[in-house]
Amino acid sequence: MRGDLPQIAGTADISRVARRLRRPSSRRASPWAWFWLALGMLYFFVPLVATLEFSMRAVRGRYTFVAFQHILSDPDFYRNFGFSLMWAVITMVISLLLVVPTAYWVHLRLRRLRPVVEFITLMPFVIPAVVLVFGYIRLYGSRPLVLTGSPVLLVAGYIVLSLPYMYRSVDAGLRAIDVRTLTEAAQSLGAGWPTILRQVIFPNLRVALLSGTFLTLAIVVGEFTFASLLVWPAFAPYMEDLGNKKAYEAAALALISFGLTWASIGIIQWLGRGAPGQTQVTGAH
Amino acid sequence: MTVDRLSVQGSVVDAAPSGKKGGAPRARPPRSRLIDWLAVGPFFLFALLFIFLPSLQIFIRSFQDREGHFTFDNIVTAATGVDFVNAYQASLSISLITAVGGAAFGFLLAYAVIMGGLPRALRTFMMTFSGVASNFAGVPLAFAFIATMGTAGLITRLFEAITGLNPQRDLGFSIYTIWGLSIVYMYFQFPLMVLVMAPALDGLRREWREACENLGGRTYHFWRYVALPILLPSLLGTTILLFGNAFGAYATAYAFSGSFINLVPIVIGAQIKGDVLYNPGLGNALALGMIVIMALCMTGYGLLQRRSARWLR
Repeated sequence: MRGDLPQIAGTADISRVARRLRRPSSRRASPWAWFWLALGMLYFFVPLVATLEFSMRAVRGRYTFVAFQHILSDPDFYRNFGFSLMWAVITMVISLLLVVPTAYWVHLRLRRLRPVVEFITLMPFVIPAVVLVFGYIRLYGSRPLVLTGSPVLLVAGYIVLSLPYMYRSVDAGLRAIDVRTLTEAAQSLGAGWPTILRQVIFPNLRVALLSGTFLTLAIVVGEFTFASLLVWPAFAPYMEDLGNKKAYEAAALALISFGLTWASIGIIQWLGRGAPGQTQVTGAH
Repeated sequence: MTVDRLSVQGSVVDAAPSGKKGGAPRARPPRSRLIDWLAVGPFFLFALLFIFLPSLQIFIRSFQDREGHFTFDNIVTAATGVDFVNAYQASLSISLITAVGGAAFGFLLAYAVIMGGLPRALRTFMMTFSGVASNFAGVPLAFAFIATMGTAGLITRLFEAITGLNPQRDLGFSIYTIWGLSIVYMYFQFPLMVLVMAPALDGLRREWREACENLGGRTYHFWRYVALPILLPSLLGTTILLFGNAFGAYATAYAFSGSFINLVPIVIGAQIKGDVLYNPGLGNALALGMIVIMALCMTGYGLLQRRSARWLR
């Protein structure tokens, strides 16, 4: 290679050397960069510090962690959090069952459906959750099909919310592994579909599936709109209710919730480190 | 398992029930359509039942009166009723403020972190924190800001201790206003901007800057003639994304202000709970308005995103 194209190789080398040389000298941090960073950090941390300070003022005149103790010894906390976890697990399972075969099949055989599927998975960005709930209650609140009162609507809403994240994760995972070749290779070795899925596709998609499910978990556990308007016990409505009654405990719970968000995002980033096709991480507000 | 048949393409054609319809064999034998539908069918059925039918139904009922006759009354009432116009005005202005503010601040922050020459560890930390903060919305975010700037909040008390002035009593400042809620929304808006803009800024090639410098351009020329034109679609697109992000937010506004500030999502939520003047058609019209605005936002975002993909990837 080098012998064939000396000039080109030489240019590449020079620009690489130049880049290395320039980096330290021309790229020292400007004071403005530090200023904006400091401002951003203030915005990030002041509310957290204030929440911590507020939550510790439950006892008059001194700082204590009583509010945290109250939360952690409140059976309602565990009950509602348990409900949210349960909805999250149900959502994850159904969402996986809906999205994985679809994404796989779209990659393998129905490529022309890809824009349609992508469009559908982006719908929750077009239809706000509150509008979707409104539609559900109007449509399924009267005959012929009455679903209000059963958790079907809640889980369906959560699945819709999870679709963009779930689909993007799985899609990125499928893009990265060349499904078609792997599937054909497995077929030519005589593998049937169950074997292909279990031994070839799933192991390769593990990271993508895990990050999709953790994002779903983070979204569903903190979700307020559906749970509140469809009147189901869940973590976020419990927190809102607590806010009306016990201010210090509510602040403590907000911090706990922040810790949980931090943990699940941390896990997602840790899972996706080095993986191609990073998915964007945002939830429902 | 019927799925096993697929592995040998030829035998599928033999096994396909083409004889049942009695016609001549088709030019292209149906290559296991059944299996295709088994794989993607549930997804489309779900989308139909829980995304499209509810939306379609909102659309249709926006144009119906109580007896189901066609009418424009709902739309007209929603577009002229003082409460609803106010709700849309509040929602649009808060979305505009936080979209522009979040985009500007987020861009500067992304610039500082990516191109400002800050230590690499800070950059990683900032990106992780942006991921968390853009997700830290809803009820806990509202509580955090009440604890910060509410009547007994830390900043409020500090301000009073230092200046001797009560922000609410003496200066007329309250966070339970559009501006206050904007400060809250900014907490998840600008991190989203950072998340989207950081890769775009990363995509600005060093060679472009060098080419500009070789032609005698200075920093101003680089930004004016190279970087901003390349980043503009991305900037505008993300601003629109932020706009939609704020426009659809319900939980934060509800937990923060109850019904102090009548945003469109709050009004629709109240309609669902049956709190206020119960008129289903009107609720539908309000919801339809939201869908239309969000759809416009997302279309604009998609178009601009496609344009920015020309230079950045």
